[in-house]
Amino acid sequence: MTSLNRRPIYMDYAATTPMDPRVAKKMMQFLTPDGEFGNPASRSHAYGWTAEAAVDEARKQVAALVNANPKEIIWTSGATESDNLAIKGIAHFYGGKNSKKGKHIITSKIEHKAVLDTCRQLEREGYEVTYLDPEPTGLIDLDKLEAAMRDDTILVSIMHVNNELGVIQDIAAIGELTRARGIVFHVDAAQSAGKVDIDLSSMKVDLMSFSAHKIYGPKGMGALYVRRKPRIRLEAQTHGGGHERGMRSGTLATHQIVGMGEAFRIAKEDMAKDQIHTAALRDRLYDGVKDLEEVYVNGDMARSVPNIFNISFNYVEGESLIMSLKDLAVSSGSACTSASLEPSYVLRALGRNDELAHSSIRFSIGRFTTEEDIDNAITHVRAAIEKLRALSPLWDMYKEGIDLSQVKWAAH
Amino acid sequence: MAYSDKVLDHYENPRNVGTLEKDDPSVGTGMVGAPACGDVMRLQIKVSDDGIIEEARFKTYGCGSAIASSSLLTEWVKGKSLEEAGQIKNTDLAEELALPPVKIHCSVLAEDAIKAAIEDFRGKSGNEKANDANNADGSGKAA
Repeated sequence: MTSLNRRPIYMDYAATTPMDPRVAKKMMQFLTPDGEFGNPASRSHAYGWTAEAAVDEARKQVAALVNANPKEIIWTSGATESDNLAIKGIAHFYGGKNSKKGKHIITSKIEHKAVLDTCRQLEREGYEVTYLDPEPTGLIDLDKLEAAMRDDTILVSIMHVNNELGVIQDIAAIGELTRARGIVFHVDAAQSAGKVDIDLSSMKVDLMSFSAHKIYGPKGMGALYVRRKPRIRLEAQTHGGGHERGMRSGTLATHQIVGMGEAFRIAKEDMAKDQIHTAALRDRLYDGVKDLEEVYVNGDMARSVPNIFNISFNYVEGESLIMSLKDLAVSSGSACTSASLEPSYVLRALGRNDELAHSSIRFSIGRFTTEEDIDNAITHVRAAIEKLRALSPLWDMYKEGIDLSQVKWAAH
Repeated sequence: MAYSDKVLDHYENPRNVGTLEKDDPSVGTGMVGAPACGDVMRLQIKVSDDGIIEEARFKTYGCGSAIASSSLLTEWVKGKSLEEAGQIKNTDLAEELALPPVKIHCSVLAEDAIKAAIEDFRGKSGNEKANDANNADGSGKAA
């Protein structure tokens, strides 16, 4: 049994990261009476001016990571709000009732819920949305994307790095397709900023969503990149004092913004180091489990960020696996919480069969993961798989050579 | 999700895991569920000449609650007549394990499994005697 004071090994960095202590230290300077607690919108005194300078500095730091102009960065409460602002903002501006452009949007079936659910809302408002199927690797086929584009398409929204699989979409190539047709291109970069190189001076991306807490910054903080050349216009979704050039009103949370800026500054500085570190750990983890039979990597390891590693152990059910792995904080693709058990919609969209979709585990590692963590994880995983396969009737059937797809199951 | 102590106990130390010879005329096998739904339960019972369940074995692919439901079921059916075992209700299993509402289906599956195992046993030739003994009140019908 786990001792009460020992916490599980954290391997869920794609869900959230701990703040880098350097970020927390910086944020502390913007809260208390002896700190810079002013409202950046206060123009009449030094408290406001100092806070505004700190916000400007953070804006430069965020822009610098993705090679953008600081004026193109709009602060939000997180990537979910950024996705909402980008997609609804474009749809309402370009596809509103006075527009002749159209009401068609293209996205994919493996987007984050912040994109999918926003698109569902727009469908209720009368927009038409095409949800592209990814290839079995998780990648979007550019020919299929191009074929889906129409004269009335106003927006394409495709995520950069998938949060469950880690696969990296070719957003540079997609940008060429959209720009040539005058279609706005939005990218959710919550999982890619600080993980892969992003150069918005060369990539033809018009809008990009960022999150602070996925890269060692604070929760509740994000940003939206809105391109100035060519100029992208949005309809605001939050109205008020006209902050952020009227696109997102609300008093700026200086300490959160400063934290995001510091996290992005560190990410730029440490990205290469972080990539090498997580790639070595990911390979070590895979080497430690791949000789177990019937192990499948979900996605495409060659075209993925190394910090997200999604793997299925066939004939073992995900929730029981998570239960066996109580000393590891990992995430399962299976959500066995209702009478109709739904495995991950991302794995289903890849065409993974139900058993494999139910048997998936996402390991996501990061800056503070150690070799010792990985070695302990391998020991726990091997023990859990052996235990659960000894309990699994499906494993028995597989060993007897029975083709499970030919079995007539009594669905319930 | 927080599991009850009883679920954790059965999950950590499952009872009666294993396999009985399915072609043995004294063995009944019930396999219920589907991989698509995330749980498959195989329950086997070995029945004595006078219709008493002497042995029970299970293997389950599913969540902790499904494993615990089947483990508990094997404890409960041992020593019972087919008729008694066929009357075990999912609600009793759910109550004993303190299953939350979203996990009630695991106990339903366990009830289906024992009924299927009894039906399989009764369908085998040479088991008429046990059938007669248990079907006297007509309650031997599988769900």
